[in-house]
Amino acid sequence: MASRKDDTPREATAKGPSGPRSGPSHLGKQAMLPFITRRTLGAAVTLLIIAAVTFFLFFAVPADPARLACGKVCPPDLLEQARHNLGLDQPLFAQFVAWLAGIFVGRDYESLGHCPAPCLGYSFVNREPVFETILDRLPVTVSLTIGAAVVFLVFGLATGIVAALRQGKPLDKIASVASLIGASVQIYFIGTLALYFLVYQNQILQRPQYLPFTENPIAWASGLALPWVVLAIIFTANYTRMTRSTMVEQLSEDYVRTARAKGMSGRSVVMRFALRGTLTPIITIFGVDLGTLIGGAIITETTFGLQGLGRLSIKAVWDSDLPLLMGTVLVAAGAIVFFNIVVDVLYAFIDPRVRLS
Amino acid sequence: MTIPAPVASTSVEPLAAKTPETVGRSPGQLMWLRFRRDPTGIVSAGVVIFFFLVAMLAPVISWLYGRDPYILYGQDTPGLLNDFGYPVLPNGGMSSDFWFGIEPGLGRDVFMQLVYGIRTSLLIAMAATLLISMIGIVMGIVAGYIGGKTDYFIGRLIDIVLSFPSTLFIIAFMPVVENLFVDPSEETPVWLRAVTLVTLLTAFGWAGIARLLRGQVLSMREREFVEAAKVTGASPARIIFKELLPNLWTPILIQSTLLLPAMVTAEAALSFLGVGMIEPIPDWGRMFLRGTEVYQNDITYLIFPGAALLIFVIAFNLLGDSVRDAFDPKLKR
Repeated sequence: MASRKDDTPREATAKGPSGPRSGPSHLGKQAMLPFITRRTLGAAVTLLIIAAVTFFLFFAVPADPARLACGKVCPPDLLEQARHNLGLDQPLFAQFVAWLAGIFVGRDYESLGHCPAPCLGYSFVNREPVFETILDRLPVTVSLTIGAAVVFLVFGLATGIVAALRQGKPLDKIASVASLIGASVQIYFIGTLALYFLVYQNQILQRPQYLPFTENPIAWASGLALPWVVLAIIFTANYTRMTRSTMVEQLSEDYVRTARAKGMSGRSVVMRFALRGTLTPIITIFGVDLGTLIGGAIITETTFGLQGLGRLSIKAVWDSDLPLLMGTVLVAAGAIVFFNIVVDVLYAFIDPRVRLS
Repeated sequence: MTIPAPVASTSVEPLAAKTPETVGRSPGQLMWLRFRRDPTGIVSAGVVIFFFLVAMLAPVISWLYGRDPYILYGQDTPGLLNDFGYPVLPNGGMSSDFWFGIEPGLGRDVFMQLVYGIRTSLLIAMAATLLISMIGIVMGIVAGYIGGKTDYFIGRLIDIVLSFPSTLFIIAFMPVVENLFVDPSEETPVWLRAVTLVTLLTAFGWAGIARLLRGQVLSMREREFVEAAKVTGASPARIIFKELLPNLWTPILIQSTLLLPAMVTAEAALSFLGVGMIEPIPDWGRMFLRGTEVYQNDITYLIFPGAALLIFVIAFNLLGDSVRDAFDPKLKR
């Protein structure tokens, strides 16, 4: 039984003895660990398939990376040499296995020496280690995502709750019109308009740029303020709508009515009961959004000229840079898969009715 | 809802329940009755139809307006563009001759670019939406109805497709798919680029709708009317087409209405990134790409496609909401 454990969510313990269906449906620590293990294994398989698809499809691309590396005028023997240096003269499957093994045990290169354990290879273009390049760019994308996520989550939940509590009032109408526009607008359009009016015409905001948080947090925040606001405008809409509609539903649920009838104040009913039910769908879309943003804010980064993972992945495509492409795809897909698991685990904590099956 | 509820009636929509003609109406007719009473729905449907009409009548508009989308007016006629290739007149060169101005650099007519651009965008988006819906319906129903191993494999396939970084993949594999049809040394024909784009958008788009329908079918499979059909010896085909599918049209229609603007924006985004439609085909995404290059000197060129796309997407989203309300008045926004 779940109720034995001290760290079981409170609701589960509270409902446990009273309900006839207590028992297997309740969340205990013992159910959580196998669940996470199972999901992680599934995620690993998914990532492996995505990596394999990327790898084998890459060789169907007409461009020849060896020829690109070799330069415009390239005699056949040099081309052969370039092909050998890039490891492209090996059978395809062997190349893939070597790449895969490199992630876990590292890899030795004839020309470049040893590449330690999480080895994603060296870029075909500038021969820099892919893993380091990705680590170098990751903070840009993560900063972009985190800042924007805080703004749109807080703002979206707040406006959604207010709109649900003031159904049909002017505030609700304003929120619904605003979220309709926010949901329909495109980053490259309002982002560029914002750049034009707020940065170039009036110098209200700074030109978007990335400065490391550790060096100067204020410069970090002001450099990314504009992309955060623009991303937030677009993403808030979804959260406002979702929060509002779920909240409206929740407020008419039996348990909310019971709490009201017991004489609980409106505020605590909203905060303790209705909000909890509202969070479940919000967490789902939040997980999906976080994964997508970290994996590839390609359009946002292009619009604002930020050199994050999104731009890096595009560059890999243009350059036919297989190791870099594999690396960025793995990180992007990994982010999506990871946040999916996090969402499922959070589910179980927030909503004790969820069964981990 | 703003409509004051009269007497609390059972389950049917109160307004419709009063009128005697409701009796014996099909769900489609009931939906239409409700839809007609929704002003937002009517207006947004009007806007959507307007966009479709403009797309279909583009050559007629071109003939009436007297301009062609491919002619480089700014380069042929001196005095329209300055030495840097920007329109001489303010606001992007808007005038009675060129209503929405002139394109910087090449000097084409912006209005015509926009009108013909809708064609490209809508054709690609409609083809993708149609294919995605069809594949999504088939996969969703098959997984949900057959269950077992089939369901497991389709479910995993959906998981994997949804985990792909799709934008990046479409960018990376546009050349691959093209290469399947055309020798890389030859020029890729325009229709082939469009087909490639549709193929890739479909490949990454079907999983969402399939997952949704699978869930619906799963919950419906255990319901009494399906059980009854099974007991009376109905074939699986009959159960799928006569029992399940009629109950799925509402989510399918709602999803497709929301899918179309999503595809229009996806296509525009890809062209903005430089992998969608290319010169000289008029296309909104390509206008965005050019617009973001020249916006510091000529913001007007960006505003027209931006505003047009915004209006189009808003209208479609509102239409989707109205369709949903009309189908299911119990579901409140």
